[in-house]
Amino acid sequence: MTIIADEPVPEPQPGFLALALRNRSFVVGALLTLFIAGMALLSFFWTPYDVTKLVVADRMLPPSSAHWFGTDQFGRDVLSMIMVGARASIAVALVAVVIGMGVGVPLGCWAAARGGIVDEVLMRFNDVVFAFPALVMAILITAIFGPSAINAIIAIGIFNIPVFARVARAGALAIWPREFILAARAAGKGKARITAEHILPNIANLLLVQGTIQFALGVLAEAGLSYVGLGVQPPMPSWGRMLFDAQTRMMVAPTLALFPGLAIVITVLGLNLLGDGISDVIDPKLRRQR
Amino acid sequence: MTAYLTKRLLIALVTLAVASVVVFSMIEIVPGDPARLMLGMNATADAVQALRDQMGLDQPLLVRYVDWVSRLLTFDLGKSYTYNVPVRDLVLERSVVSLPLAMIALALSTLIAIPVGIFSAERRGRLADTISMGAAQIGVAVPNFWFALLLIYVFAVWLHMVPAGGFPGWSAGVWPALKSLILPAIALALPQAAILSRVTRSAMLEVLGEDYIRTARAKGMPRNVVLWHHALRNALIPVLTILGLQFAFLLAGAIIIENVFYLPGLGRLIFQAITQRDLIVVESVVMLLVAVVVLVNLLVDISYAIVDPRLRTRR
Repeated sequence: MTIIADEPVPEPQPGFLALALRNRSFVVGALLTLFIAGMALLSFFWTPYDVTKLVVADRMLPPSSAHWFGTDQFGRDVLSMIMVGARASIAVALVAVVIGMGVGVPLGCWAAARGGIVDEVLMRFNDVVFAFPALVMAILITAIFGPSAINAIIAIGIFNIPVFARVARAGALAIWPREFILAARAAGKGKARITAEHILPNIANLLLVQGTIQFALGVLAEAGLSYVGLGVQPPMPSWGRMLFDAQTRMMVAPTLALFPGLAIVITVLGLNLLGDGISDVIDPKLRRQR
Repeated sequence: MTAYLTKRLLIALVTLAVASVVVFSMIEIVPGDPARLMLGMNATADAVQALRDQMGLDQPLLVRYVDWVSRLLTFDLGKSYTYNVPVRDLVLERSVVSLPLAMIALALSTLIAIPVGIFSAERRGRLADTISMGAAQIGVAVPNFWFALLLIYVFAVWLHMVPAGGFPGWSAGVWPALKSLILPAIALALPQAAILSRVTRSAMLEVLGEDYIRTARAKGMPRNVVLWHHALRNALIPVLTILGLQFAFLLAGAIIIENVFYLPGLGRLIFQAITQRDLIVVESVVMLLVAVVVLVNLLVDISYAIVDPRLRTRR
């Protein structure tokens, strides 16, 4: 006996990961990001050479089988320095994103939930922060309070706050008029509880995409700050600082300027592709456009 | 239209007012005595007191703020401590480097990005689109100062076509001066062009799906007229927003590029002032840059109303 279904059986909806693994941007971005993150993790346990040891006899060697990327002006192995430098880039950019999210998202959600004067004041203040040249202010902050990784994190993190506030507010404003929010309100839930239980889970994707973008921008900003000597301080290796040291030695050792730059490009490219991939998967409208 | 512009103008003024308070309080939050910070630990008490008098640090906070703002309004930016000349003269002298640099970079970026964006949007999903958007994706990821180093290596160190850095001044002739701005402008323009071409492409894709584009095509309008006239005009709003932001960024954001090329521009002025702790220059120039950003944003808002007639009637 056969059963004839009244309605077509709905196809099972593939999960996020299944969709994501079919997205080229996501796969390439995830692989590049994992590669850099893995390199940073590995550097805690093993690097080809010790980056704190100076071997004057091996100064500025070209790439070879012993030193794949060559050595710098103190005879340090460039590959090892790039591996250790990944830590600084990731740590600074990641903590700056956490600061931006930690302060910006509650502010944005608050503005969306309250509306009116609270919203207006918060958004105008956002405009003010956006009007400041971020890099100049980061340089100012790190110069006045002393160049260090911590101050670089704070300087970059402050400018992440309005970005996340704006994204969270826009996302929350789109969710508030929906029926299930009305239902929650009818059930007597307060605005704070609705934000935590219903708004946040629904804007998490947006925040994740923005997070990868700000992470990538943070890596670029950290490299810039280190390049002008205001980020991570020597002897701790950082990609920006390595590029600064390479600039004056470009006549004799051009490869010194090549590899740290490539490391930055791979990191930023990986994060941007990852962000693009995630937003493709979660937003079918965007997917159609690509 | 008037209501829209009045609102925009009010927002700009409020932004400026709040920003001035923030910039002013920066000097208040520096650790210790600003005069001592500027002069260094070895300065005599007399010298510190003299600078405190010059900066009016012994006066009440509010008096100093009102004084500072009213001087700014007459474009009196104070006197640089390290250069011992009016900050206004420094700014004017450095602007003749930074303004042309920013304008060349913006022109380059626009000339590359808008055609590439339109071209990709029109060939969405095809090989040309994949290649140009892949290139844009890489362009966004390249730090401009690293790209600058590569340019210096190829065009200055290797090919000897342009100087590796420095600026001869406009008095040395237009061509030598322009020559030293070419590499920095390219270094600044390429990452910007990558962003702008992506924005242009997605704005164009949005518009190309609209009914009026189909209508225009159906009634037999030439392809290029539809693209450049009907579609581009409607896609301009996001493009203009990014252009405005980019011009502001190019003025101040050239700070690292100007350092790479040893260009005596505004970015380098402010960088040197920061490292030499010349807080008078820092305070005035930061405020000036903020004012430029606010002004550019206001102009962008006004241009919205020009390209989009619907905004003129909205409140």
